[in-house]
Amino acid sequence: MVTEEFLGRACKSQLMIQIKNLWKSFEGKQVLKGLDLRIPRGETLVVMGRSGCGKSLLLKLITGLMQPDEGEILLHGEEISGLKFRELNRMRRKIGLLFQSAALFDSMTVEENVGFMLAQHTKLSRAEIREIVIEKLHLVDLDGTEHLRPAELSGGMRKRVGLARAIAFDPEVILYDEPTTGLDPVTCVEINRLIQSLHTKLEVTSVVVTHDMDSAFTVATRMAMIHNGKIVAFGEPHEMLENDDPILQQFILLGAPEQILNVSNPVLKEFILNLRED
Amino acid sequence: MADQPSVPQQKSVSLLRLADFAGGRILYRLSGFGRASIFVFRTLALLFKPPFHLNLLVRQLQLIGVDSLSVVLVSGVFTGMVLATQGYIQLSDLSAEGQIGRFVCVSLIKELGPMVTGFVLAGRIGASITAELGTMKVTEQIDALSVMGTDPVKYLVVPRFLACAYMLPILTVFSTFSGIAGGYVVAVYLFNMNGVFFMKQVQSYLFMSSICISLIKATSFGMAIALVGCYKGFTISVAGGAEGVGKATTGSAVVSLMLILVLDVLLNHFLFTLLQLK
Repeated sequence: MVTEEFLGRACKSQLMIQIKNLWKSFEGKQVLKGLDLRIPRGETLVVMGRSGCGKSLLLKLITGLMQPDEGEILLHGEEISGLKFRELNRMRRKIGLLFQSAALFDSMTVEENVGFMLAQHTKLSRAEIREIVIEKLHLVDLDGTEHLRPAELSGGMRKRVGLARAIAFDPEVILYDEPTTGLDPVTCVEINRLIQSLHTKLEVTSVVVTHDMDSAFTVATRMAMIHNGKIVAFGEPHEMLENDDPILQQFILLGAPEQILNVSNPVLKEFILNLRED
Repeated sequence: MADQPSVPQQKSVSLLRLADFAGGRILYRLSGFGRASIFVFRTLALLFKPPFHLNLLVRQLQLIGVDSLSVVLVSGVFTGMVLATQGYIQLSDLSAEGQIGRFVCVSLIKELGPMVTGFVLAGRIGASITAELGTMKVTEQIDALSVMGTDPVKYLVVPRFLACAYMLPILTVFSTFSGIAGGYVVAVYLFNMNGVFFMKQVQSYLFMSSICISLIKATSFGMAIALVGCYKGFTISVAGGAEGVGKATTGSAVVSLMLILVLDVLLNHFLFTLLQLK
């Protein structure tokens, strides 16, 4: 259960995102049932949970792509749900979202994709936009790919271009929807390192939705587990490992049994091996 | 046995189920109509709101107009040829084959010119708009636009709507005159009619009001094709995937063709009966 203790702890530092009593039904099914979550500024929060538990839905609600049935979402203390289109767009510029499929615009080059927000919402010249695009592509280790089209990129490269696009407008919050899904283990490690390095370099608040335990324990400064429409566990990674909630234990243990030898995070590897021995 | 409902009870249960099913279908259709109406009004409202994406409009003008010209010309020529052949056969029964020029000219300008152009573009452009926007929806590119603070209706629908509304009348003019040329070839070279006499008839029945009727119809058809194509693409269920895109594309072409026929009847009534145009 979510306790006032950890919500209170989160309150001590400045909150970037506050979610209060969020309810949302989707296609006739009640997915979120009074979810509460507080994300302090500068944290990388990993949200875990089984498929269909509402992890990606949570990101859509934070970005205003969907409206909650009930409850509040506050970004910087400002309510997002129920905002008018223009106001919502203003708020959205503070958020960068990396889609699960990267969602790059097929008809545009990498440069046009990354510079899209700058071209749409600023009066910067083409040369200035190009300069920023090159800088952002350098941050994601994709120098020299400006002229390529999304169809010419590998899965990992597409994710990285998506990430460069998400950070192009210097957002305060970066949301990652399953950043490592569908990628090979080496690329997964690269993406994890990238999330960590962006967190350090840009000093942003990040929310990572994933069920990849290796990725979760590598990038998280805090973790939350959604089950049955609510947060059932919240805390720092070591607290999650110590948490004896059976649902959380099962999720972590079964998270990556096949890839256990590929797990790059030593703490997680040791933990899983201990659990297996038990 | 005693607990089983009696025959009249069973009948009332079946009737209730039938009413429930019928009511559900009616509500579904009505809500669909409501969503489509909101989409149309939103598009019309955004026509006059900045930013005006002129580069996107020019691109759509080329795709919808210039790239469709050859198909429209060919279909126009063959329509005119068929019309002249059938017209000659029917009119010669009444010993009025001399009126073939008038028959071809009036039929093409008032009816077949705009309608054949509308049909060609419903198949070629309407379906392609649905496929393109549907794929963008399924691959989350439309959500990506929203998250980046760009209104997808303004960015994707408005340029296509304007391009269709501008280009349909222009293409109709080409289609009509290529049809008259086709009719001329059949009448003069196949049925040995006097070419000068044919053209004099065309000239005497080429009223300004007829041209206006043709252009009004073509503009209406263009708007309908764009709105149907865009709406069908925007409302594809993400879960539908490639199959959903295929179904929506076919649906878009069918609905556009039906709508063109209905609009033609309504416009004929309005223009010829109410406004008494010739």
